[in-house]
Amino acid sequence: MHLNVGNSPFNPKQADLLNQLLSSMDHHQKIWLSGYLAASQTTAAPTDDTKKEVQGGVEEPAASRQITILYGSHTGNCETLAEEYTEKLKKQGFQVKLHDMDEYKPKSLKDEEDLLILTSTHGDGDPPDNALSFYDFLFSKRAPKLENVRFSVLALGDRSYEFFCQTGKEIDERLEELGAERLYPRVDCDLDFDDDAEIWWKGVTDKLESSQNKRTETTASTSLQGADRPVYSKKAPFQAEVLENINLNGKGSNKETRHLEIDLEGSNLTYEPGDSLGIYPKNEETLVDELIKEMNWDPELSITVNKEGEVRALREALISHYEITVLTKPLLEKLAAFTKDSSLKDLLESQEQVKTYIYGRDLLDFVKDFGPWEAGEEEFIGALRKIPARLYSIASSLRANPEEVHLTIGTVRYDSYGRKRTGVCSGQCAERTEAGDQLSVYVQKNSSFKLPQDQDAPIIMIGAGTGIAPYRAFLEEREENEAAGKSWLFFGEQHFVTDFLYQIEWQKWLKEGVLSRMDVAFSRDTDEKVYVQHRMMEKSKELFEWIQSGAYIYVCGDEKYMAKDVQDTLLTILKNEGNLSNEEAEAYLTDLRKNKRYQRDVY
Amino acid sequence: MADHKTLKPEGPPDEMERIKEESRYLRGSLVESFQDPITASIPDEDTKLLKFHGSYMQDDRDLRNERKKQKLEPAYQFMVRVRLPGGVATPEQWLTMDSLADQYGNGTLKLTTRQTFQMHGILKWNMKKSIQKMDEALMDSIAACGDVNRNVMSNVNPDQSALHAEVYEWSKKISEHLLPKTRAYHEIWLDEEKVVDGKEDEPIYGPLYLPRKFKIGVAIPPSNDVDVFSQDLGFIAIFEGKELLGFNVAVGGGMGMTHGDTNTYPQLSRVIGFTPVDRVTEVAEKIVTIQRDYGNRSNRKNARFKYTVDRLGVDYVLQELNTRLGWDLESSRAYQFEHNGDRYGWTQGEDGNWHHTFFIQNGRIKDQENYLLKEGLKKIAEVHKGEFRLTPNQNVIVSKVKEEDKAEIQAIISKYSLSDGQQNSALRRNSMACVAFPTCGLAMAESERYLPTLIDKLEEILDEAGLSDDEIIIRMSGCPNGCSRPALGEIGFIGKAPGKYNMYLGAGFTGDRLNKLYRENIGENEILNELKPMLFHYAKDREEEEKFGDFVIRTGYVQAVPSGQEFHS
Repeated sequence: MHLNVGNSPFNPKQADLLNQLLSSMDHHQKIWLSGYLAASQTTAAPTDDTKKEVQGGVEEPAASRQITILYGSHTGNCETLAEEYTEKLKKQGFQVKLHDMDEYKPKSLKDEEDLLILTSTHGDGDPPDNALSFYDFLFSKRAPKLENVRFSVLALGDRSYEFFCQTGKEIDERLEELGAERLYPRVDCDLDFDDDAEIWWKGVTDKLESSQNKRTETTASTSLQGADRPVYSKKAPFQAEVLENINLNGKGSNKETRHLEIDLEGSNLTYEPGDSLGIYPKNEETLVDELIKEMNWDPELSITVNKEGEVRALREALISHYEITVLTKPLLEKLAAFTKDSSLKDLLESQEQVKTYIYGRDLLDFVKDFGPWEAGEEEFIGALRKIPARLYSIASSLRANPEEVHLTIGTVRYDSYGRKRTGVCSGQCAERTEAGDQLSVYVQKNSSFKLPQDQDAPIIMIGAGTGIAPYRAFLEEREENEAAGKSWLFFGEQHFVTDFLYQIEWQKWLKEGVLSRMDVAFSRDTDEKVYVQHRMMEKSKELFEWIQSGAYIYVCGDEKYMAKDVQDTLLTILKNEGNLSNEEAEAYLTDLRKNKRYQRDVY
Repeated sequence: MADHKTLKPEGPPDEMERIKEESRYLRGSLVESFQDPITASIPDEDTKLLKFHGSYMQDDRDLRNERKKQKLEPAYQFMVRVRLPGGVATPEQWLTMDSLADQYGNGTLKLTTRQTFQMHGILKWNMKKSIQKMDEALMDSIAACGDVNRNVMSNVNPDQSALHAEVYEWSKKISEHLLPKTRAYHEIWLDEEKVVDGKEDEPIYGPLYLPRKFKIGVAIPPSNDVDVFSQDLGFIAIFEGKELLGFNVAVGGGMGMTHGDTNTYPQLSRVIGFTPVDRVTEVAEKIVTIQRDYGNRSNRKNARFKYTVDRLGVDYVLQELNTRLGWDLESSRAYQFEHNGDRYGWTQGEDGNWHHTFFIQNGRIKDQENYLLKEGLKKIAEVHKGEFRLTPNQNVIVSKVKEEDKAEIQAIISKYSLSDGQQNSALRRNSMACVAFPTCGLAMAESERYLPTLIDKLEEILDEAGLSDDEIIIRMSGCPNGCSRPALGEIGFIGKAPGKYNMYLGAGFTGDRLNKLYRENIGENEILNELKPMLFHYAKDREEEEKFGDFVIRTGYVQAVPSGQEFHS
């Protein structure tokens, strides 16, 4: 037979070589070789009957399908999962390729065999940045028929958004429409995605196992795995001590932005500029106590808090394990079963009404509004979502601050329905965290927001408010590396005097040349509001020159307004300065993004 | 005649001389520095040139450490000092300053000890707008600070209406005559077209201006409200009846010194002769040129005119002046000063117009919960047809009120309970404090924010001693530069460190004698413990009409200081 990538586990080059070799061999040589290979396998691999059964001999290699994993990731969760799955599959002997969607040539889709897609959803049902091109291709007329492709989608999302897991749902539907066969049903995960993702993974691997021939290599040992992986992870966060907690906003500011310095000593956690730190927050105790009082619960009652069966006192469970500050439609639907109040049922009939109701309200509001509740503590609390970690862009370079990580956290405070409220994590950091206290943290990698490998490459950094955080990390890193590349920072906030975050550090870097240029926009210092994009327009010509000379562009901060306006401004600059049409400018920017020269970390 | 060596002090020129020389007539890089958006400060050299434009860069010192921790630069801000000869402002000018304080400043105005407005807390980006608004109201801040002649002070005595008006006109002429001629101010702040390089000249000052600041005051006896002897150059009006004959000329006074440096000292000017009225600007100019040519340009601590005069000798200065004038000063005429304080409340001038002097504690115009001083004065400015006169004692006079308008003004005074000091002790009415913390970069101790509290405590003693209505001059400065002229306080305090002051006693009530160091580096308890027995002693043993400053000398608490050169001895 003639070997190819479709009927063998070999890549084209290997297949070619083998075809050449096999065609030159006589029968005797082939028998000798098969015996040799079989003998060497049994000594290398542990005996595994099921594997042996499906293993094919060289003379008759079984069809082994290529697995391709594609991920669209915004905060890095999908990326991390995809990497983890790829490793696992490889170790189980599967043939697997891993791609960031942006790096993947979508035209190759038609050649795929088993396609696993992991994607998050961003904002109002939009694909994450690095999934945009892939998504556009998939939904274009150019998308090919995918009759020989099997697929499964893992969708990550947040139930508090209306278009929950939208991108995953759309891709799942579209792949089917294009003729692909669903290997395993899509699973939609909420913020606490671990358990659901695990369900999907098990389902997918079962299918793969039963339908695929694996390559014969297996890993020598699993004992090594522990050593090269950090002990602490999202599932097992590190208890890190807070070294410093400073309000960066001067007296008289409307804002409160906390600078946290956190000790990572003993954690083995490492990070690169652009990565994020996840913090598992704790709910405000007074809020928990009010809820307990309102529900007339026993704060000491034992509650099982996870599938592993861990038990906590009710009050502690509510403080550390469950989300009580955000309402979602699914939660309301679950809890509706526990009340006779028919007005809740009426409310749930309209998506619009639900949206209006949950905005600015929390669980305490809800239980007050729709009681009395006919459910036991465990039953009621079991319906709650696990408290999700909050991610913050890291504001420090590990090289510059060994065994430390710094964060820039904007405190969220607002009045709503007669109560003062704070963001659960930002409030904790601002009001309930002092130097010496501990936080549960883990590092979340984000490969789509990284300094260029080329230390000489110019960088343009655009950020408003806490969006300035990763740029502090960038400059610390470049200072440590004595990188020669030019850098230009655009920063926006409300007031110069009180809100110029890390002001003296930028000033120092400007003086020393670590930062080449800086433009600032303080929106409330002038009669007309000035934002970063206005400063960009003022420097349009020079910005274009920088871009043309290979500059990497970074945008960090608010997505809805800032990032959108900045992108529009970039397009305008490309059009004006480069004499491009709308389409050409769009293409130019898309190209920049694909080449990692336009990276965003927006929220 | 002094020998050559003492005429020209040796030593390399101070750094400031180079900055002036390279400044292209006070331009420096001010335009560029004021455009830098990354800092609210300007570079050091520009701050020095900015003074010539009437502004100091400052920062809120209350916030300095806190902001450093917050990774923020100091809360930089600018103070603008208006040039307001004789302290005369129109109601429109008052309203302009009032609204600028709210719009760009810290919401308050400071009336200075040199009869002008100071506005604090202006951000860099608002400086140009502020100065332009002032310009629209015909005010400028040229040479309000810096090594030039500063705001010319003039007696505010409203009683001698005609005489005052004439003297005021001369003060204004002197001020204008001695203004720097560079167009730098107009270019930088008022967008005037740039002067072609090399086409400028400073006929009086030259390109290096003066070695140090220079102050002129004009007094009309019997009031020495301008503290004429504290000025580098003082003019004392000499008149017969209502006719102004001319001025006695006094040279070489000044308050500033440096702690721990006995080569520096406060000094009183000495009268060297008399000039006819119409030659007064000429005299002023020639004195300024003497200081320009003979002043110490290598040590700024010894650069004031007082040191030049003391080094050259009064006779030499007079001779040099006569040479430069081409005519001789006449012999000085007799005069008599009686006080240097303000006369509060309503007074009527010779021309029948009314004047009302308000008591403004330490010159700070601001609205407080229980006392809407700023708003009240604004209401007056809105209806007033005469003038405002800022006094050398940091008070303000609503001046030239016609008989028929008096009731309207009085109604506002009553409505806002604007103080004429009558309900205050005479000590408080005769108190002065400089700005000091939080804005003044030189301050070593509190002054404006502390003196009122100290007086509260002294008032208890005065009450007990029965001295509440006795006028005693008390002055406090946060540093030895002496903006509140502390060396002329019967009780004087100069800041040494937070909460610590040097206490001086024994100045003359009419501003004719310096005080003497009595206790060094003491805090509030010691101040009160020292003053209490002394004040009781004064109440019991004083002679008729004897002033506190004279009493402490007669009874031996301190020795009289006949000259600044003996201030430290």
